[in-house]
Amino acid sequence: MASVNLLIGVSLIYVTFLFVIAFFAERATARGQVKWLRSPLVYTLSLSIYCTAWTFYGAVGYAARSGMEFVTIYLGPSLVMIGWWWALRKLVRVGRAQRATSVADLISSRFGKSNLLAIVVTVMAVIGVTPYIALQLQSVTLSLAIFADPETGALNQSSAAFWVAFGLALFTVLFGTRNLNVNERHNGVVIAIAVEAIVKLIALLAVGIFVVWGVAGGVAPMMAQIDASPIGTWDMDRSRWLALTALSAAAFLALPRMFQVMVVENEDERHLKIASWAFPLYLMLMSLFVVPIAVIGLDLMPAGSNPDLFVLTIPLAEGQVGLATLSFLGGFSSATSMVIVATLALSTMVSNHIVMPVWLSARSEGAQVSGDVRNVVILARRASILMIIGLGYVYYRFSGGGAALAASGLISFVGVAQFLPAMLGGIVWRGASRWGALAGLLVGFAIWVFCSLLPSFGPGVVLSVDIFEQGLWGLGWLRPHALFGIEGMDPTVHAVAWSITLNMVAFIAVSLVTFPSPLERLQGAQFVNVFDHSGRAQGWDAARATSEDLMVMTQRILGAEEAQTLFRNEAARQGLDGGLPEPTQGFLQHLERELAASVGAATAHAMISQLVGGASVSVQDLMAVADESAQILEYSNQLEAKSHDLSRSAHLLREANQKLTALSVQKDAFLSQISHELRTPMTSIRSFSEILRATEGMGQVEKTRYASIIHGEAMRLTRLLDDLLDLSVLENGQVSLRHETGGLGDLLEKSIVTAQAGSTQPLSIRRRRVDEAVTLSTDHDRLGQVFINLITNAQKYCDAEAPELVISVHRDGPDLSVSFADNGTPIPDDDRRVIFEKFARVGNQDGSGAGLGLAICREIMTRLGGDVTHVHTESGNTFVVHLPSQSALAAQ
Amino acid sequence: MSTPAPTPVFLERRSYRRRRMMDALRLLPILGVFLWILPVFWPTPTDGPTAPETMALSTAVTYVFVVWLALIASAFSLWFFLRARPEMGEDASGEPF
Repeated sequence: MASVNLLIGVSLIYVTFLFVIAFFAERATARGQVKWLRSPLVYTLSLSIYCTAWTFYGAVGYAARSGMEFVTIYLGPSLVMIGWWWALRKLVRVGRAQRATSVADLISSRFGKSNLLAIVVTVMAVIGVTPYIALQLQSVTLSLAIFADPETGALNQSSAAFWVAFGLALFTVLFGTRNLNVNERHNGVVIAIAVEAIVKLIALLAVGIFVVWGVAGGVAPMMAQIDASPIGTWDMDRSRWLALTALSAAAFLALPRMFQVMVVENEDERHLKIASWAFPLYLMLMSLFVVPIAVIGLDLMPAGSNPDLFVLTIPLAEGQVGLATLSFLGGFSSATSMVIVATLALSTMVSNHIVMPVWLSARSEGAQVSGDVRNVVILARRASILMIIGLGYVYYRFSGGGAALAASGLISFVGVAQFLPAMLGGIVWRGASRWGALAGLLVGFAIWVFCSLLPSFGPGVVLSVDIFEQGLWGLGWLRPHALFGIEGMDPTVHAVAWSITLNMVAFIAVSLVTFPSPLERLQGAQFVNVFDHSGRAQGWDAARATSEDLMVMTQRILGAEEAQTLFRNEAARQGLDGGLPEPTQGFLQHLERELAASVGAATAHAMISQLVGGASVSVQDLMAVADESAQILEYSNQLEAKSHDLSRSAHLLREANQKLTALSVQKDAFLSQISHELRTPMTSIRSFSEILRATEGMGQVEKTRYASIIHGEAMRLTRLLDDLLDLSVLENGQVSLRHETGGLGDLLEKSIVTAQAGSTQPLSIRRRRVDEAVTLSTDHDRLGQVFINLITNAQKYCDAEAPELVISVHRDGPDLSVSFADNGTPIPDDDRRVIFEKFARVGNQDGSGAGLGLAICREIMTRLGGDVTHVHTESGNTFVVHLPSQSALAAQ
Repeated sequence: MSTPAPTPVFLERRSYRRRRMMDALRLLPILGVFLWILPVFWPTPTDGPTAPETMALSTAVTYVFVVWLALIASAFSLWFFLRARPEMGEDASGEPF
């Protein structure tokens, strides 16, 4: 019989061997020889930490108790791996794209980097996994006790468990916290696990082969013996078969240690494809001999012996000490690899999501303190490792190690399976919100604690017998094994069904009614559409962070050398010679992910946000920026409108200016004209008066002729001056109007007679007298002056061969207008604009007019409340006199 | 004169084969679920005296492990053949047929 001391010696040698392998793997990594360390084979083997001591010892015990049911624990993961395309592919991609360091990190990152969620998940994971760690310690000490010589006294199991725990903690601390960046991966640990995976597979296969060919004598006799055994018929609780398969699949995805090896330690996504068939193969080989070993154990071993240890006791009973030792090493490997990875995963969560945030917020300086944060992180992680293994040990001591291995394992599975709705929901459903995830997790966790964890201690230990029978607070529908009054379900199935169902219901329902924050929505889109765009979380307002601050902070987390390399590379990428890179958005995102790999997404985000400013995320800043741009847009629209106005005014001004310039030219022309006009008669008057004065003996006829010339010229001057005076009076508003009532026709008649008096030029005038039967109340003299002026103009300037003037009266409602249309040459457009201005003269006319007539007309009409306009027609010129509406009293 | 169509209606035989293999890969776990759910319908001793004769454990073991092996072999051969072909459009949805 092998002594315990020998076994301990063998174990120590084995552990030393693992240390050496891990050490060389780390060395090789440091030298850059990672290729063989990171082969698909190593990845597949590292997944084997799914097979813990529970598999190694417990599966046989499970089979001895319940037949084929044990296999469900391996069918679920096999299906998940074979169906990698559906869930694992996305999970691995998301985990790598977001640099998730743990399940808690992934969930918190998905739901807006919420640290609250991370803390909840971490606490749940610690509570859920601690029994599992205790289970491993228990299995190692139990297996050691088997070898203990009954005569020299039983093994002190507690102290054995303590030393096992101590050794595991030491290994994990040494190789799990060597480098801080989890994404640099723990090559030493992974290699050690891969070696252990091979050891446990070989050990179990060896025992199996020994049992089938060494004890039973071949496959056929073995089959016969299986059928003849107490478990030889198919006796399956159907609900358990289904529930356990689903549960194991869920736990495979949600277990923190599985996430660690499957996602965090994943080097290349293609490895997953190979593992999709290689890992099911591993699982199948691990389960292949479980039933034969159980059957032979039931047959050979005395009644009452622990079936969980058949793997050890059968070789021992058959005298195969070497095989038993190998088997012990296999079990030892299973237990240690699980504890190491689980502890590593949990310690990452605890230090990143609980210790670091607390430490950071406790320091008033925030992230900008001096000193090396790296040491703090590593210290936190080491403390977490010791704490978690310590918890496992304490749990082991207090639970007394009595329960069957399989049962404790299942409880743990149900606990971690509660993460699954939030995890998978988060990567397939964009509508999943933080509060939904929190509600689902808490509901599922509460049901698990009440229906699975607490009852596992047995009636009367934590939950009183009353609660089991009467329900919580005497409420019949709150019984731990019969929630809502549904009795008769298997306790495990009951716990799985209710916790997962209500977890999902709460998750979905709360997600539906809550509204996610902008950051959550961004992250949600990134997670769900990870294959469309792998990358780009939300941005930082880069301008506010200085490179020095970032450098100082990064050094403290990644270490001086790594930080400097990172910054140097970035500076080179930006094309800067040496020195520090510009803190661009892209660089900040890159940096945040680098830091996230060390301290978790939420902490990295918090640290950068302290430096960059605005502890709340820059999405809000983006929103503000968006608001600002909206305002700017509006402002620019206003500006545009104003500029339109301005250009319109400018156009008007330009037109006015042109008009003014034209007028100025006209005025100059007129001044010279009027000087000429005034001068010409003055000259005649002066010269003729000089002739009259100087010439002696002038005849009466000549005197009369000269005097009449002088008179005529004086008359012309007077007329000119009268006109100017008249216009001046009209313009200054000093004119007094004499209103009287009279017919329009009479007024026109008088005007025509006056205008044509003394005229030699023939002008035929056509009128429609019927229309003229309108009584007007206005200043008839002034209106007549306008008419006379227009008729005289036609008379003077109409250059047609047979000049004709058509005078017509139009009524349009209250408006009355009189138009004077001649058939002369139309006034050119250029002149039309100024014909109503003073001194305006059209074309090269003779000097008989002063250019004041139309100006006077318009002034008069303005005074009378009407208007006079010129209408351009093809055949001639038409002047329209618009009479004030109130002046037309009534049609007669 | 013929102008090349921007997206071919029919894929060349190689890509077509690859797409169908991806389909098979996706459906494989569903087949696995179905085959491993079947034991639920096997009679058990608790079904009562009228139930058909219960299945021997050796048969059950053989069945579960044969299914397991078949699934592994299928997954392996799909991986093997997909590996040999160029990786394109694997993640794309709405691909032509």
